[in-house]
Amino acid sequence: MSQIIEETPAAGMDTDFDRLTKDWYIDKAAQALMFIGGISAVIFIIGIFVFISKEGFGFLFDGFNFKEFFFSPNWRPTSETRETYGILALVAGTASVTGLAMLVAIPFSVGAAIFIAEFASGKTREILKITVELLAAIPSVVWGFIGLAIMNPLIIKIFHVPVGLNVLNAGIILGLMAAPIMTSIAEDALKAVPDRYREAAEAMGATRWQVIYKVVLPAAKNGLLGAVLLGVGRGFGETMAVLMATGHSINIPTSVFDSVRALTATIAAELGETAVGSMHYQALFTIGIFLFIITFFINLAADLIVRGVRKG
Amino acid sequence: MVEVKQSGKTDAVLGNIKLDVKNLGIRYGQTVALRDTSFQVREHEIFGIIGPANAGKTSFLKAVNRMDMFDTGMHVEGTIKFNGVDTSKVRNVYGLRKRIGVVFPLPVGLPLSVYDNVALAPRLSGEKNRAELDVIVERCLRRAALWDEVKDRLTSLGSMLSGGQQQRLTIARALSQQPELLMLDEFSIAVDPVTTMRIEDVLKELKKEVTIILVTNLVQQARRLADRTAFFLNGQCVEVGITEDLFTGEVKDSRTRDYVDGRFG
Amino acid sequence: MSEMFAANRLNERNARVQKLYQLLLGGMTVMLMLPVIAILSMLIYKGGPVISFEFLFTNPTNGMTAGGIFPALLGTMLLVMVALVASVPLGIAAAIYLSEYAPENWFTRAINLAIINLAGVPSIVHALFGVGAFVLFFRFGTSILAASLTLAIMTLPVVIVATRESLQAVPHAFREACWNMGATRWQTIRRIVLPNAITGILTGVILEVSRTAGETAPIMFTGAAFFLPLLPQSVFDQTMAMSLHLFVVSTQVPNMPEALPFGVALVLISMVLIMNSLSIALRMYLRGKKKW
Repeated sequence: MSQIIEETPAAGMDTDFDRLTKDWYIDKAAQALMFIGGISAVIFIIGIFVFISKEGFGFLFDGFNFKEFFFSPNWRPTSETRETYGILALVAGTASVTGLAMLVAIPFSVGAAIFIAEFASGKTREILKITVELLAAIPSVVWGFIGLAIMNPLIIKIFHVPVGLNVLNAGIILGLMAAPIMTSIAEDALKAVPDRYREAAEAMGATRWQVIYKVVLPAAKNGLLGAVLLGVGRGFGETMAVLMATGHSINIPTSVFDSVRALTATIAAELGETAVGSMHYQALFTIGIFLFIITFFINLAADLIVRGVRKG
Repeated sequence: MVEVKQSGKTDAVLGNIKLDVKNLGIRYGQTVALRDTSFQVREHEIFGIIGPANAGKTSFLKAVNRMDMFDTGMHVEGTIKFNGVDTSKVRNVYGLRKRIGVVFPLPVGLPLSVYDNVALAPRLSGEKNRAELDVIVERCLRRAALWDEVKDRLTSLGSMLSGGQQQRLTIARALSQQPELLMLDEFSIAVDPVTTMRIEDVLKELKKEVTIILVTNLVQQARRLADRTAFFLNGQCVEVGITEDLFTGEVKDSRTRDYVDGRFG
Repeated sequence: MSEMFAANRLNERNARVQKLYQLLLGGMTVMLMLPVIAILSMLIYKGGPVISFEFLFTNPTNGMTAGGIFPALLGTMLLVMVALVASVPLGIAAAIYLSEYAPENWFTRAINLAIINLAGVPSIVHALFGVGAFVLFFRFGTSILAASLTLAIMTLPVVIVATRESLQAVPHAFREACWNMGATRWQTIRRIVLPNAITGILTGVILEVSRTAGETAPIMFTGAAFFLPLLPQSVFDQTMAMSLHLFVVSTQVPNMPEALPFGVALVLISMVLIMNSLSIALRMYLRGKKKW
C-alpha cells in the first residue's frame, strides 16, 4: 500500500485573496467608531467626578473642617457672623426620609412582586406589570407637586398638625417612587429561582405559600437585597420630590411630622443664589461630591448582587 | 499532478496541494480538541473525514476558515496553508473566508428573502448587476436541490423555511460564494435521504470545479463520495488513505477498520 | 388506610392560610396601584378645567398666573430634540460596541459599571456637572445647548441598554453564517443585526424622550428659566420648560389660582404616560412580529 505523494509547487494557485479591500478599511473604521461610543460612558462618569471636584476644590482645601462638615448640624452658609458648613442635619434629613420610604416601600414592593411572580398569570400579570412600569415613569417634579398639593393638606387634616410638609409626606412620596423599580427587580429575582425548587417542594406536599416562604424567598434573597439597595440609592439621590415635600427646616428630625431638608434639596435650593466660586458655591459642590461617592457605592453593591442573580 | 498506482486496486490522481496541514493543534481553554495533526487536501478531490463525535472534525473546519478569530476561547497551533499561504498570517481574513464555503449541521436561514440569502455573497463581492445575480441565484438553488420548491416564492423569508429547506439554503449560500474549497459538516443530518442523494450527485459534479472536504458520520456516504478519507479519533488524525482501501481493510491502523466496520462510534 | 388521603384538619388549615396570604399579597399589590389612580383622578378633576386649546398654544399672561403654557411646551420639545441628537448616535454606537465587539474582560465590565452609575447618579449631581462643564468650562453659558447636553448624558444609559438588548436578541447563528461567507463584522451588523434591532432601539428612544421631558434638576441651572419674555432663537438661548414650569408655579409664584398648577401637572404627566404607553405598545407589537 505504498503511496507516493510528491510535494508539487503551488503552480497556478491563486494567492490573490489576501489583498486589503475597501471593505476591510471600512470595517476597521467602524470598529474604531464603536469603540469610541463604548468608552464614552466611562469618560462621562470620570468627567462628572472631575468637574464637580474642580468646582468644589477650593472648599475642600480651604474652608473644609472635617469634623464640622460631617458632624455639625449647623448648615449656615449665609450667616453674617460665622459661616458654618455642617451637613449632619442634612444627612439626617436624607436618611430619615429615605428610611421612612423604605419602611413603606419594601413590604409593599416585595408583596406585590411575590403576587405578580407567583400568583398572577396571563392577562392579569401583563396588566400589573404595565401598571408598575407606568408608575415608574412619573416624573419626580410631578411627585413633588403631589406632595405639595395633595399630601400636604391631607396630612394636616388627618393628623391635626400645623404643617404637612415633613418627613412623613416626603417619605410616603419617595416610597411610592421607589416601589416600582424595586418591585420589578424583586420580581426578576423571584422569577430567577429555578422551577425545580418549587416543584420539589410541592412534591413534598407543601402549599403554594409554604413553597414561597420556605424555598423561593430564601433562594431569591440576593436579588431582593439588590432591589432594596437600588431603592435606597434612588431615595438618596432623589431631588425634586424631596425638595418640594420636606419643608425647609434644617434640623435633625425628632418626629415624622418635623420638616427637614435633604442633601440633594439643599443644593437645588441654594445653588441659584450663590456666586460662582464663592465658598458657599464650593461647599454645595462638595455636597455633590459626597452624594456622588455614596450613590456610586450603593449602585456598585446593588449591581454586583443583582448581576449575580440574573446570571442564574 | 502525480499519478499514483495503487497495488492494482484503485488509482488516485493527486492534484496540487490545496490545504497543507502541519502539526495542527486546537484547544478550547484547557480542553484539547485536536493534537499534532498533519495531512494534505488536494485540489479537485472530495476529501472525506470520518470519526466518532468529539474527534475534532468540526474544530478542524473552524480552524481552516479562521473562525478562531472571533472565538476567544479557541487556541490554534501549527500551520494550515491554503494555496500555499499560511492562514494564520493572512491580513485580510475576509478574503480567505470568501474563497472557502462551509456548511454546518445546524441549518441557518438568514432573515432575508430567499433570493437575498443566496445573493448576499455575490453582493458582498461587488456584484450589482441584477441579471447576473438572477443567474447565480438560480444556479446555486438548483445545485442545492431547492430551486423547484422556492422558485415561485423567492421573496419569502429564508428564516421561515422548514429545517430541511434551510439546510439546502445554507448549501446554496455556500455555493454562491463560488468558493475554491467547499467544506460540508454532516450536511445530511437535517436533510431527507432522497434530497441527500441529489446533493451527493451535485457534489460529484462539482468536484471538477471545487475542492471538497466532506465531514460525515455516515461512513457509507464517505465511501460513495470521497476519493481519499481521513479517520479522526479522540483529537488525532489516525490515518489518511484512499477511501476504497480503508473500506476493504487495507488500513495502517486497526482502529480505522474497527470504526468502519461499525464496532464502535 | 383510607384515611391516608382524606382531607384532614391540617390540610384544611394550610389551604386557608394559603388563601389568606394570596389575598393579602393581592391586596398589597392593589394598594400600590391605588394611590396612582387616586392621584391621576385628582389631577384630572382639579386640572382638567384648565386644559384647553388656548392653554396649550398661547403664552402665559399676568405674571404667569394665567394664560397658556406654550413656551414651556416648546421648550421641552427643543430640549428633548437636541438631547436626542447628542445621545442617540452615541448610545447606539456604545451598544453596538458592547454587543458585537467587546471582549469579556475587566475593561468591558468597567464600561458596564459606568453605564449603571450614569443612570444612578442623582439628578442634582448631573446638574452640578452640567454647570461645571458646559456652562462654565466650555463657555456655553446657561443655554439650551448646555441643558440638553446635560440631559443627554443623564439619559444615555436608557438608549444603550435598550439597544444592546435588542441587538443581543438577534441569534448568534446569523452572525456566524455571515462571517463564514467572508462578510466583515461591520457588513454583518449593517445588513443583518442592526435592521433586526431597529424596533427595539425605537422603544429605547421613546423611553428616553419620556425621561428627558420630565427632568427638572439637570436643566434648572444649565439653561431653563422661568420668566422669559421671548422664545429662544438659537441653542445658545435659554428656554422655558414644562418640568421647571410646574416647579415654579407650584412653589414660587404668589397669587397662583389653585387649578393652574394642576393643569400643568396634568399636561406633563399625560405627555410622559403617553410616551411610555407608546413604548410598551411597540414592544408588544414586536413580540407578535417574529421573523425567525
